[in-house]
Amino acid sequence: MSLIDFFRKKNSGDVAKDRLKFVLVSDRANCSPEIMEKIKNDIINVISKYMEIDASGLDIQLTQTDSESDNGKVPVLYANIPIKELHHSSRK
Amino acid sequence: MSEVIVITSGKGGVGKTTTTANVGTGLAQLNKKVVLIDTDIGLRNLDVVMGLENRIVYNLVDVIEGNCRIKQALIKDRKYSNLALLPSAQTRDKSAVTPEQMKKLTDELREEFDYILLDCPAGIEQGFMNAIAGADRAIVVTTPEVSAIRDADRIIGLLEANEIKQTQLIVNRLRMDMVKRGDMMTVEDVCEMLAVNLIGVVPDDEQIVVSTNKGEPLVGSDALAGKAYANICKRITGEDVPFLDLNKKANVFSKLASLFK
Repeated sequence: MSLIDFFRKKNSGDVAKDRLKFVLVSDRANCSPEIMEKIKNDIINVISKYMEIDASGLDIQLTQTDSESDNGKVPVLYANIPIKELHHSSRK
Repeated sequence: MSEVIVITSGKGGVGKTTTTANVGTGLAQLNKKVVLIDTDIGLRNLDVVMGLENRIVYNLVDVIEGNCRIKQALIKDRKYSNLALLPSAQTRDKSAVTPEQMKKLTDELREEFDYILLDCPAGIEQGFMNAIAGADRAIVVTTPEVSAIRDADRIIGLLEANEIKQTQLIVNRLRMDMVKRGDMMTVEDVCEMLAVNLIGVVPDDEQIVVSTNKGEPLVGSDALAGKAYANICKRITGEDVPFLDLNKKANVFSKLASLFK
């Protein structure tokens, strides 16, 4: 093993695994990157009705998490939506 | 009670036909009555892998269309009299057979055989639907590569959707040397991603090529892949067999090999 190999971040087996995980989740959900983009825009529209959000900082992804009921993994839609300001009118 | 098992993968070239030939022969070695059906109409191959290509008179489509009786189309194996092959048609296409006809055929074969193994074509179209129509359980073959695993995942989803009750996984062509240096996904990685039970791991073994060249399945021989197939057959019959220690064996071999270098 060369010195370069030693300092290389990841070996190709791990790279394959990480790539596959994402591909499988989107395959299983029948959810292409185009659809994700649509979902993202819809979320922005809905949330914007109630509060001011930072649309450019919005992060949405389909991933997996440990199931609470059994030991398996379940798909989860993860969204991180930074809020700029809560509208005062929504609370009275 | 007889069982109909479909051997499938989605992707082509991962070893479905080789697996069917070896598992079928291995089950025959365990004194089971076994019939292998090549369902890949138009791309017939199981006959050459079994070394029976010169004995074909009638084929699957002949049986379905009523040109002959099932018995006339079945080819007895050269070594094992309790093993038979129903070859596919080479000059027809997948639409020559329907899922209903396949189910009827497998149900008829249940009366005479303990195991009916279906060698499924690659893909997810009609050939696949035909092959799984009469199956009780499925064995999905994959290799530790992204494309094969992705297709296997799709197949597993389709098997579930078509109510195949039991699906098990064979990880084929594993190279322990590559796994060790981190350049191949591990069996654990593959199982975790596909979330199905493992029924066997077959190491990459050049003896498989040799055996295919001769038309004699490797199962039962001393080659590592031959042992792996023999274990898979025992597991199919319900026996609890520990997994081969591929690591250890590979070491012994590489040490031996290095002695002669």
